[in-house]
Amino acid sequence: MAIIDPRHAAKQLIYERVFRSATLSAAILVLLILGGVAMSLLRGAWPAISHFGFSFVAREIWNPVTDEFGALAPIYGTVVTSVIAMLLAVPTGFGIALFLTELCPPLLKRPIGVAVELLAAVPSIIFGIWGLFVLAPVLQRHVQPWLIAHLGHIVLVGKLFKGPPFGIGILTAGVVLAIMVLPFIAATLRDVFDTVPAMLKESGYALGATTWEVMWNVVVPHSRVGIVGGIMLGLGRALGETMAVTFVIGNAHRISSSLLAPGTTISSAIANEFTEAVGDLYTSSLIALGLLLFLITFTVIAAAQAMLRRLERRSGAAV
Amino acid sequence: MIPSTKPPKHLKMRPPVAVAAERTEDLGPPKIEIRALNFYYGDVRSLHNITMSLADKSISAFIGPSGCGKSTLLRVLNRMYGLYPRQRAEGEVLIGGRDILGPNVDVAELRYRVGMVFQKPTPFPMSVFDNVAFGLRLGGGIRGAELKSRVESALRDAAIWDEVKDKLHADGRSLSGGQQQRLCIARAIAVKPEVLLLDEPTAALDPISTLRVEETLQALREKYCIVVVTHNLQQAARVSNVTGFMFMGELVEIGPSSRIFTSPQDRRTDDYITGRFG
Amino acid sequence: MNRRALRKAKNAAFLVLSLIATMTGLACLAAILWTLLSHGLAGMSWHLFTQMTPPPGGQGGLLNALYGSAVMTLLGILIGSPIGVLAGTYLAEYGRNSRLSTVIRFINDVLLSAPSIIIGLFVYEIVVVHMGHFSAIAGALALAILAIPVTLRTTEDMLNLVPVGMKDSSAALGAYPWRTTLSVLYPAARSGIVTGLLLAIARISGETAPLLFTALNNQFWSTHLNAPMANLPVVIFQFALSPYKDWQDLAWAGALIITVTILVLSISARVLLAMLQAGRGSGR
Repeated sequence: MAIIDPRHAAKQLIYERVFRSATLSAAILVLLILGGVAMSLLRGAWPAISHFGFSFVAREIWNPVTDEFGALAPIYGTVVTSVIAMLLAVPTGFGIALFLTELCPPLLKRPIGVAVELLAAVPSIIFGIWGLFVLAPVLQRHVQPWLIAHLGHIVLVGKLFKGPPFGIGILTAGVVLAIMVLPFIAATLRDVFDTVPAMLKESGYALGATTWEVMWNVVVPHSRVGIVGGIMLGLGRALGETMAVTFVIGNAHRISSSLLAPGTTISSAIANEFTEAVGDLYTSSLIALGLLLFLITFTVIAAAQAMLRRLERRSGAAV
Repeated sequence: MIPSTKPPKHLKMRPPVAVAAERTEDLGPPKIEIRALNFYYGDVRSLHNITMSLADKSISAFIGPSGCGKSTLLRVLNRMYGLYPRQRAEGEVLIGGRDILGPNVDVAELRYRVGMVFQKPTPFPMSVFDNVAFGLRLGGGIRGAELKSRVESALRDAAIWDEVKDKLHADGRSLSGGQQQRLCIARAIAVKPEVLLLDEPTAALDPISTLRVEETLQALREKYCIVVVTHNLQQAARVSNVTGFMFMGELVEIGPSSRIFTSPQDRRTDDYITGRFG
Repeated sequence: MNRRALRKAKNAAFLVLSLIATMTGLACLAAILWTLLSHGLAGMSWHLFTQMTPPPGGQGGLLNALYGSAVMTLLGILIGSPIGVLAGTYLAEYGRNSRLSTVIRFINDVLLSAPSIIIGLFVYEIVVVHMGHFSAIAGALALAILAIPVTLRTTEDMLNLVPVGMKDSSAALGAYPWRTTLSVLYPAARSGIVTGLLLAIARISGETAPLLFTALNNQFWSTHLNAPMANLPVVIFQFALSPYKDWQDLAWAGALIITVTILVLSISARVLLAMLQAGRGSGR
């Protein structure tokens, strides 16, 4: 008959409790990390917050000598570079995803998909150094003069393309960011498109619709939530990206109407200045910038995740 | 689905199809006794007031259409349902005279006493030897030469020894499907359980492997109380001493296989075994 | 008929655009790799692996930076991956449907894409400020925090891929979940979990931002975990932005080393995963 040694059984039960607690603690640690990030940033930023109050986010000035700090320029730079990046990367990423799901010959589907994913694995510092030494000179010599010459005189829009072609600046940072987030957006959109049931697409084709029409009228409406989620995930990356931007932004704490002028972003300001910051208020102001970035990206990423989850649940339920 | 209603305990909703008399004479004392068993998935009742007893050293088969509750019944006998939330059993189930549904039952110990083999072969990601030794090592106290001989005899009992004796250290997953299933049987019987449960053990196998597994079961009948769930009527007729027919969560009738398959007493059993539904 | 032709033309136009988009993406990858190779190979020499980072104008290599990166990445994985694997185990096995797990899954996905510089600031606040100085251990901690979400996610996904029957069989033999997990589920999901580790190493070995104010940098050879330590990404950052040609060349060489390492890691992870899927397909 089956017999269990009772001492052995008691030991098993203890091991079970230990193991279970270990996994539970590890899981809870994940929560604590997020909470800890929020708490420690708040504590570090507190001197700046209490000193400047709300004006911290509303002022452009950034003067370590007089200890006056405002976050407006970095916020502006972060938002504008990310917007440029999204304007460039979203249509391109959409095109790549469309190509991979609908057009690509099956033989090439995997290699191209893998290439896109590998591009996503390249560390951001590589994009930075490449942007500084390769992309910036190209933009300075060929693209920016053209923009100044052809768009610089148009009313309103012209303001964005005034001044000398520095090479580095807001626009270049936006382009580097675009190249960085492109693979994320392309890969996420491809995965989102793949959740559309084949039958739905086939019934579109059966009505005589062209590939584009099926894409635009069937696939896109069906996966709208996922598309927005994927794009926002890319946006979250763009907003928080540090190294790629730091190389090419020019690090100037001012808001210039021209996209060609140097600027700064939240993350590049922290990366450039943190170790050199002297004085509590300076350091604290940089941490306050970090807190702002945390709040912004957390909101964007959380919203993106919530949307992608909704899509996942729906496609899970449909199957 | 049938709405949840608490059955009045004193009132037997359906006369327990008393075949115990005709069976116990042939087969000795009951190993498993089930009284007024009800099972719930959340609010849905999926077993209705089941009462029966199953003999030791015999094979009892349960047949019935998909969703009739036969697999659920099996999962009550080793409390596998406890792994999943919102599932619960009410009533009384005794194995070897000991209550298994009570709150103080050591489930790990119960499962050690009640072996189970699943529909798909589930060799663990380890060697053939370690697969069979897995349960023995869990119990503790069995090592060295004794462990080796226990593994060997389990493999012999499962009729797979000759095929694997030269590759005891090969990965269990490298065996063929039929061999994997007999390996799983060996793993289950290595700890010498009191009861062996098999849930559609040949559903995923080819005909030849099926035959080997059935032969294995025939040989094991002399040692164990075996309960098989199957949708294969011929299999039930071939291997079992006793067959029970289940339908919509009820045990419609149970009796010697020879009688169930030749002269069923309930109309629904007749319809099922003659292929009129299910 | 005319309308049909218009629709076809529109279709063709968009398809060409999508082709162009794909070409653009691939061209970017090619351009980056080409630049890295052409600049990096020029700077490749044995000195890189035998000498320390030099002062401006001097001759030198990247030995201290390579060592520092290896040590901190390794430490980061040693600290972070067990936490990730255990937490992933909790989500997949113990708390599969619990409310807590839903929250943790969500938070983990947020951490997965959170800006790494924030993690750097966090570790600065809780470690560097309290110790009073930058240190390798602070850098390793920052990397560990970045490794957790990656390993957690892959561990949970891979454990969920293990056939339910295997878990049930082990439970049916009377094994407690811890035993089932260690003896059956982990071995069954081994290559998947290893894939997660490779991806985590790939993720953290190129990280720069979180090291800037945790490990900082160190021009000299140092093996003290309690002191600032050189590391490849920060050296690349400083040298690339310097006006000295020698330093820039070293930065390119370092960039090539880091990229090749990460691409090799990502590709191996992919190959491993493909083998896993192939095995699953034919094994059943």
